[in-house]
Amino acid sequence: MQANDVFFLLMGLSALAFYMGRGRSLEIAGELRGIRNLHSLPNYYGYYTALWCGLPALLLLCLWIIVDDPVIIAVVMDSLPGEVLPSNSVEHTLLANKINNLAVGVLPSAGQSEVLISAAQQLRDLTQLSRWGMAATVLCLALIGLAWGRSFVAAKFRARQRVEKVVQYALFACACLAIFTTLGIVLSVLFESLQFFKSVPVDDFVLGLEWSPQTAIRADQVGSSGSFGAVPLFVGTLLVSVVAMCIAVPVGLMSAIYLAEYANRSVRAYAKPALEILAGIPTVVYGFFAALTVAPYLRDLGESFGLSVSSESALAAGAVMGVMIIPFISSLADDVITAVPQAMRDGSLAMGATHSETVRRVVIPAALPGIVAGIMLAVSRAIGETMIVVMASGMAANLTFNPLDSVTTVTVQIVTLLTGDQEFDSPKTLAAFALGLMLFIVTLILNIVALQVVKRFREQYE
Amino acid sequence: MQKTATLDADDMADSSIKSSVKVTNANPLDITDEHVTVGSYEVNNAKMSIKNVNVYYGDKQAIFDVSVDIGKNEVIAMIGPSGCGKSTFLRALNRMNDTVDGCRVEGDIRMDGQDLYSPKLDVVELRARVGMVFQKPNPFPKSIYDNVAYGPKIHGLADTRVDLDEMVERSLRRASLWDEVKDRLYQAGTGLSGGQQQRLCIARAIAVSPEVILMDEPCSALDPIATARIEELIEELSQNFTIAIVTHSMQQAARVSQRTAYFHLGKLIEVNPTEQVFTMPEHALTESYITGRFG
Amino acid sequence: MSNSNRNLKRIQSSLVWRYRAEKAFRWCGVVAVALGLLAVLALFSDIIIKGKGAFFATYMQFEVTYDQELLGIDNFADDQQLIIADWESLYKSALRADFPDVRKRADKRKLYALVSDGTGYDLKARLLADPKLLGQSEIIWLLADDDIDTYFKTLLDGNAYTARLTDNQVEWLEQLDGTERMRLQFNANFFNRGDSREPEQAGIKGAVIGSLLTLVLTLILSFPIGIAAAIYLEEFAPKNRWTEFIEVNINNLAAVPSIIFGLLGLAIFINFFHIPRSIPVIGGLVLAVMTLPTIIITSRAAITSVPPSIREAALGMGASRNQMVLHHVLPLALPGILTGAIIGMARALGETAPLLMIGMVAFIADIPGSFTEPATVLPVQIFLWADSPERAFIEKTSAAIMVLLSFLILMNISAVWLRKRLERRW
Repeated sequence: MQANDVFFLLMGLSALAFYMGRGRSLEIAGELRGIRNLHSLPNYYGYYTALWCGLPALLLLCLWIIVDDPVIIAVVMDSLPGEVLPSNSVEHTLLANKINNLAVGVLPSAGQSEVLISAAQQLRDLTQLSRWGMAATVLCLALIGLAWGRSFVAAKFRARQRVEKVVQYALFACACLAIFTTLGIVLSVLFESLQFFKSVPVDDFVLGLEWSPQTAIRADQVGSSGSFGAVPLFVGTLLVSVVAMCIAVPVGLMSAIYLAEYANRSVRAYAKPALEILAGIPTVVYGFFAALTVAPYLRDLGESFGLSVSSESALAAGAVMGVMIIPFISSLADDVITAVPQAMRDGSLAMGATHSETVRRVVIPAALPGIVAGIMLAVSRAIGETMIVVMASGMAANLTFNPLDSVTTVTVQIVTLLTGDQEFDSPKTLAAFALGLMLFIVTLILNIVALQVVKRFREQYE
Repeated sequence: MQKTATLDADDMADSSIKSSVKVTNANPLDITDEHVTVGSYEVNNAKMSIKNVNVYYGDKQAIFDVSVDIGKNEVIAMIGPSGCGKSTFLRALNRMNDTVDGCRVEGDIRMDGQDLYSPKLDVVELRARVGMVFQKPNPFPKSIYDNVAYGPKIHGLADTRVDLDEMVERSLRRASLWDEVKDRLYQAGTGLSGGQQQRLCIARAIAVSPEVILMDEPCSALDPIATARIEELIEELSQNFTIAIVTHSMQQAARVSQRTAYFHLGKLIEVNPTEQVFTMPEHALTESYITGRFG
Repeated sequence: MSNSNRNLKRIQSSLVWRYRAEKAFRWCGVVAVALGLLAVLALFSDIIIKGKGAFFATYMQFEVTYDQELLGIDNFADDQQLIIADWESLYKSALRADFPDVRKRADKRKLYALVSDGTGYDLKARLLADPKLLGQSEIIWLLADDDIDTYFKTLLDGNAYTARLTDNQVEWLEQLDGTERMRLQFNANFFNRGDSREPEQAGIKGAVIGSLLTLVLTLILSFPIGIAAAIYLEEFAPKNRWTEFIEVNINNLAAVPSIIFGLLGLAIFINFFHIPRSIPVIGGLVLAVMTLPTIIITSRAAITSVPPSIREAALGMGASRNQMVLHHVLPLALPGILTGAIIGMARALGETAPLLMIGMVAFIADIPGSFTEPATVLPVQIFLWADSPERAFIEKTSAAIMVLLSFLILMNISAVWLRKRLERRW
């Protein structure tokens, strides 16, 4: 019996439990003449019984599924004779996989040793046993829960409160999932990074000037330590981001100012959503645009001026990234500019300031914290942006500040290092997590600061 | 103030009708379409003269055919129930209504004989000449110094830093705020108390030496003590400036103004010397208002 | 007053350049907006110009004889025979029949290269669908190779691209074109096939189905959890450090680069829980984790916009908090929540970076049939094609982008429609 069969049976049982609990309460209500004499509505007694029936059994089911496979494999491996049991853990895992494959039938049994075949048989038997055991225990628990829950049903029993409490705990658990996600990110990235820093010292990574991880594929190769100096990547990321911000900040800010302060209602009604289309376009599309349209165009343009522009120049990737970020900045800036009270503008206009003087000297300074926060969020976007740079910028880690050269970025390297199959014990793959850690820390700091500033700004004018 | 001989025939006709009207209607809330302003709405040393002004918000008319003069160095108070259009009228005087979408002003508003709504007139220059103080104190999110220096800076009135310092100090002194803030000129203007903020706004307005100051309920957001200080200030300022003040409080109008105009549902009902308005109003509506029958 | 007059002079003299500055500033704004709009226009027109060709494919007309002897088939039920049969000989003999002068081996190879590599399979499928054709011959349009396709399309535009063709090939093609035996047809393959190494054979159906499966899973996981979390935070959470911490967390998660979620998926789901790579399940999990914060934030905004008076009315009637939320707040907030969910899903549909980490970049020619079969998604397919060296893939990539964008536009329009239709203004 498969786990999902058990699950559906369990759901069925819970539905049954609902009707039984509800029926019992109606019976009691009948004796007391009317459901008004019950503490809660009959449905709540039903829910209560169903929860008792379904919830503990469901938890057990989940637990069983998680524990099931590792335990069975451990038992099988334990029962293997000592001489076939390998000493190191990697081969141990490989052997376990082999037995597993034999048992499932992916690996034909022909030509395998007797020991392994019998182990595979044992594995199959145990799995079978475990499945039935799971079904039996889970369903038993469900039935016990049903009886137990139903036995509570009584006129004075506060079923509604109990059910609502459970619902609230469930809601709380969902809210906590966000914490677990963050925790998951931090732990996974941190753990793998620490592994990495065991083989490469932190200062070599953060301060090193040379990045060539591809030399370190196998541990026994010469020069296996590779070189993991991430400075070229940081510089590359910075360069692309700076180019992007050089385009996005002026254009985004000025268009926000124009749309919020000058444009009449109908222009605003069309131009604002039209600009926001840019925000909805997937980054892979921008990447394609950057790599196949903008980069060749810039290269040809450079040639006509006698400049040598790399076909994977930081300029192309940065420019397109800037275009992507325009709506981001313009909508954030628009929000804060419109949040500046009209009284400020009136005060300035009544002094005889022109509209642009009012905007430049009163509105922008008043909105500045919000605008700065918006730019910080945009920067965090730019350095975390992946697809545009993966498609339009290079792989080679050049330490340069020339935007016409090809550079590589942190995100490009993460993707390059982790695409395809990889083992989790080489510094090459672990380096990606260390880069991820850097990226996470920097964006997190930018986000936290920016969100705080925005929050303060809003409070100021509310 | 007294009624004066008018310059052209149209006005003559107007004033002849005015004196003949006797409102004997039993219900003072009734206001006929053919209303006529009673009282002395014209003066002979007019700084601003407003003739037959209508203001519309889109299709809605907010001000109906208002004519009134504002005399030089006079304080004129505008009173009336909420929504009677007195603020709208005030904002028409320095064209602040231009900033409101769909707002349209018809009629003739002149300052020193110059048409304020002529296409040739420069709004920036006008607003430098006609300052405004708002209902809620609205200091800019800058230092006290920068708030006051804002006007001189944008208009290029100061040649040197010393000039500017002098202007700031003079304005703050005239707004009787100097002693309170001289030690913290470079702190944020928003950190002052409500009354101080409003005096800062007045200092800001007078820093460019306007000829007229419009005040839109300048004390409505303030406590009684701060209100008293602003009222004192208005009295001092009236020696050098022409002031039009919109107020919700009849007592305030009585305390600070020489003449009072009573607005009702967008119409100017009566303009008379303040004393007269509060002791023996000409119009029944005015009387109802000052005796508290509505408002 | 003399002071005032002096001021007035100064003000008047400053006006000229102040108005000039005003005008310049205003123009800066116009230029900025125009630049933004120009970028939108450039992006869309570039993609449409590049991709419109992909919806049509070049076909060439030949007479194909389903020769039993050539194929070596006598029994359709015999699978072994079907596998061994030389299907390619069908079109090769047809080509030879048309160009009998071609003798040399190398020339013949060039000749065969005119039609798509997959033609043998296509003819096999055709014969199997209609066994009566065996022994017959028919005049049929065969799919051209991608280089020929490029040649023909550029030829129609007036400037034929022959760099990848030999002189012989060009001559043959001119001959075919001269006898009206080349034409463009609607490219149905593009919509009902999976990926292929051959540009002319490649289609997006596999990627579309993969995207659909992944999105369904994302929705199933993130929508209920997101709403539940939003309800808890808005309606039940006490205002204390813990809930504040949760809030800060959610806001920050929404701004974490998507690639980090790929790392999370790799380390936790693949490395720790041993979920297989490349399948919609893992893609859906990662995207669900990624969209969850967005859904929570929009749902919260929708819930807060329900006025407190409704809550008070419900509580005043003696409803419990749960009943108040379930019967009143949630139904009123639902349009806003749905709008947020659609926008979140649109983001998930366009997301590429985290999926690269979890193995959804593999070349997968089959169309996935379930949540646990290897699949790729539309944006990743675009990435893969954009990376391919063949010129013909540029066209395919742009066309795939058009398909992706039309899905996104559809989703956004429905979100706007939903908001306009159902959302109340309080």
